[in-house]
Amino acid sequence: MAEEIILLDFWPSMFGMKVRIALAEKGLKYERKEEDLLNKSPLLLEMNPIHKKVPVLIHNGKPICESQIIVQYIDEVWKDKSPLLPSDPYERAKARFWADYIDKKLHLLGGKLWRTKGEEQEASKKEYLECLKLLEEELGDKPYFGGENFGFVDLTLMPYFSWLHVFEIATNFSVEVERPKLITWSKRCMERDSVSTSLPDHQKLYDFFLQLKKWHGIE
Amino acid sequence: MASGSVANQEGKVMLLGFWCSPFVKRVEWALKFKGVEYDYVEEDLTNKSTLLLTSNPIHKKVPVLIHNGNPIVESLVIIEYIDETWKQNPILPQDPYERAMARFWANFIEQKVTEPARDALLSQGEQQEKKVKEIKEAMEVVEGEAKAKLNDKTIFFGGENGVGYVDIVLGWTCNWMETVEEVGGFKVLDPESQPQFHKWMANFREVPFIKPTLGPKEKLVEYFRMVRQACLGLVANK
Repeated sequence: MAEEIILLDFWPSMFGMKVRIALAEKGLKYERKEEDLLNKSPLLLEMNPIHKKVPVLIHNGKPICESQIIVQYIDEVWKDKSPLLPSDPYERAKARFWADYIDKKLHLLGGKLWRTKGEEQEASKKEYLECLKLLEEELGDKPYFGGENFGFVDLTLMPYFSWLHVFEIATNFSVEVERPKLITWSKRCMERDSVSTSLPDHQKLYDFFLQLKKWHGIE
Repeated sequence: MASGSVANQEGKVMLLGFWCSPFVKRVEWALKFKGVEYDYVEEDLTNKSTLLLTSNPIHKKVPVLIHNGNPIVESLVIIEYIDETWKQNPILPQDPYERAMARFWANFIEQKVTEPARDALLSQGEQQEKKVKEIKEAMEVVEGEAKAKLNDKTIFFGGENGVGYVDIVLGWTCNWMETVEEVGGFKVLDPESQPQFHKWMANFREVPFIKPTLGPKEKLVEYFRMVRQACLGLVANK
């Protein structure tokens, strides 16, 4: 049966990046539609009427929303290639826990990093590094969070590293110095085609970030 | 194929909980639905046990499920674990698309109903009003989904399988929502504008493995009132 896969996306979105990586890991062909979030397409509004957000995966006409849910869907439908979640229920539970932790904590803190100044920003930096420390401990000596294989937690965290480079320049702190193991891990992930082709160019992202700050009236 | 008696399955199951936590209750419902035997340990949240602190060092919260010595935390993660470990009486649908839809609604309920309800319980004035508005809007969506999916034959979101994931995740509303309303001093439940949802609540309360777990409202009110007052730094009115 001919599969029709469409991804409604926004190129700087960390959540969109996750899904791109998952689709690439599975070797899936799809059509990517870039959304203008200031002028959302009728298709987006029809496919995600409740949240009106990207990413949305449309598989044979049926929409799936929320990046974590989309990635699990992709893993369950195309289960014969490159499993993204482990097969053991306890390992799966751990993977879901960490993916949740990353999406909730890092997302919130990342926002605080660039929207605040002075003492508040310093406090956010500290907390961000603490979270990365926990993640580094979870990674341990494994090549990936998934163990020998790249998986769910790795593809959840990599998009944040894409943005982290931007934050490092903007807020003057270095993850390389503080969390070297994670930097090694991120470089290992970037060697995978699925990751390097799914994440945006750093300069382009930085330029977008400057634009974003202007829109929000932040210097 | 599912093996025989669940009591013969290897590994002890322990649940660290707190009597009035709706998150703990959800996990109990999932275990009871599957017929899984477990040891329940009541935690004193003002004096957390070493077991709790070592099993959930990051969040230090209940519920924690300990199976074969392995701790699993976060109620939704635990429920999926239970569903994947014990195959009888499936909680989530088998079809990947239906599973994605069930997860979507569970997420929606958590983000738009459960979390704002907790925030509304622990806030006042403008801050509370904002949360109440969020919940009311979310309830409209829930009512819409109930209208679309439920009827005289299909009384639960789990469809023809009866109670399912969405029912278990939404289930806390059937007992705790009225408590939160009373203690917080606001109203989000309305039988007139939410007739399908109220039908669903009534049906959920009557499910044989759910009914005995719903304790007396007065105890819940008393406890949550104390929590709200402690949070707002108010003096208790006797």
